[in-house]
Amino acid sequence: MLAATVRVAGDLDLAEECVQDAYVSALNAWTTSGVPANPGAWLVTTARRNALDVLRRAQVFRTKMPLLAEDDVDEVSFTGGSVVRDDTLRLVFMCCHPALSTDARIALTLRLVCGVATPDIAQAFLVPEATVAARITRAKKKIVAASISFRVPEATELPDRLDAVLTVIHLLFTTGHTAPSGDTLTRADLAERAVDLGRMLHGLMPDEREVRGLLALLLVNHARRATRTDPDGRLLLLEDQDRSQWDQAAIAEGHQLVVAALRGGRPGRFSLQAAIAAVHATAPSYEDTDWNEILVLYDELLRVWPSPVVALNRTVAVAMVDGPGVALREVEKLERDKLLTGYRYTAAIKADFLRRLGRHTEAAAAYRNAMELADNEAERAFLAMRIKESAGEPS
Amino acid sequence: MPQYAFLIYENEIPIEDIPADVMAANLAAPEKIEAMGARIVSEYPMQPGSTATTLQKGGAITDGPFIEGKETIAGFFVVECRDLDQAIAIGKLLPIMDGGIEIRPLHEM
Repeated sequence: MLAATVRVAGDLDLAEECVQDAYVSALNAWTTSGVPANPGAWLVTTARRNALDVLRRAQVFRTKMPLLAEDDVDEVSFTGGSVVRDDTLRLVFMCCHPALSTDARIALTLRLVCGVATPDIAQAFLVPEATVAARITRAKKKIVAASISFRVPEATELPDRLDAVLTVIHLLFTTGHTAPSGDTLTRADLAERAVDLGRMLHGLMPDEREVRGLLALLLVNHARRATRTDPDGRLLLLEDQDRSQWDQAAIAEGHQLVVAALRGGRPGRFSLQAAIAAVHATAPSYEDTDWNEILVLYDELLRVWPSPVVALNRTVAVAMVDGPGVALREVEKLERDKLLTGYRYTAAIKADFLRRLGRHTEAAAAYRNAMELADNEAERAFLAMRIKESAGEPS
Repeated sequence: MPQYAFLIYENEIPIEDIPADVMAANLAAPEKIEAMGARIVSEYPMQPGSTATTLQKGGAITDGPFIEGKETIAGFFVVECRDLDQAIAIGKLLPIMDGGIEIRPLHEM
């Protein structure tokens, strides 16, 4: 509804106001004449009419409504079909424009696309409400001042613009999947919002391979949500999770999407990450996972997405294929390159390799380093347990 | 249509040291910009930062640009175009050697 109105108003604040006004008009009109057959369409039409009235009064047609030139808005024929679809897509691309900061993109998407209230966004990210409100206000101002357009990007711009959208949804999911700080490991609401967004985007752009890949990645990871902590909220590693509790329907759906996403040329980073997650999710156990396949996928992922975090995660597969000694040397090389300084999982992964090599004193020291960077209580409890175990072993 | 200033920040190098392909791309840009349906409103190449004079708060006069850095503003131009996406496409026509191009919307006068 907001999306449909923005297209007419070309101004976010105005659109929000007009939507509010439409609800007020609806309450008045519907109490006297009854609820119309299609209340949603009625509201959108009213909000658009309000937007037009306001804009006409303000005589800002030329400056604020470049979009009117392409659409005959006086003849709004709202059918609830393609108009909403296109407008939602426009809204997503506008909120996720790479010219906005990542924080602003996330806040705007939650606020305007998902309709999450500002205080709830603030709570999910553990920041003051005023911070989120300011972030949203600043982003809206930039959208208007810099003429960030409300349209679906052209084919030539699409890869970059789509990647910015997928990044926002993925970040939303990872924040919900493993909260960077706080008392519990997951923030289920955020992860679910991300899955919903991924599903919506896939509905809007069913032929985009990376959209399929992202949805698959989210579904497969989300399928493990019930088993990632024990009943006391303690973190459980992949190898210790009860695989019978995984959501098999979601894994099957994700797997199907991955197969489709990998087809037709070199796959993108989300499709490859989804493929890795799917190999894990369909393996009978941690030991009986096809680690060679996972390593091949990581090699390919590193080619299309040469990020130090990917290189670090790849060492986990290296440890399973070539042993913890080889993997440890690769982590140490990454440490020397200093690209992972301050990343909270480097020390934890290194500690695990040292532990498996029987070098317990060094492992305990590395676990302590990891502890210094961990803010999440579930993760801290896990690391504390490992430190205790390592200290008890002879080196 | 909105107008944007393109502020070009680069290492200052003698004009004869600018690589031929960079020079060629810069010379070819105006025609491409017009072909996109955008309009170059004005362009201002600048003399080196060493020729600049800065008036500081309090009245002091100093030699050199206001912000002393490795990269300095080398010039700017103003383009009228459809939206930020088109402005970004225009910016991409100009090769960046070491610095960057800041795209700043102008107030509508």
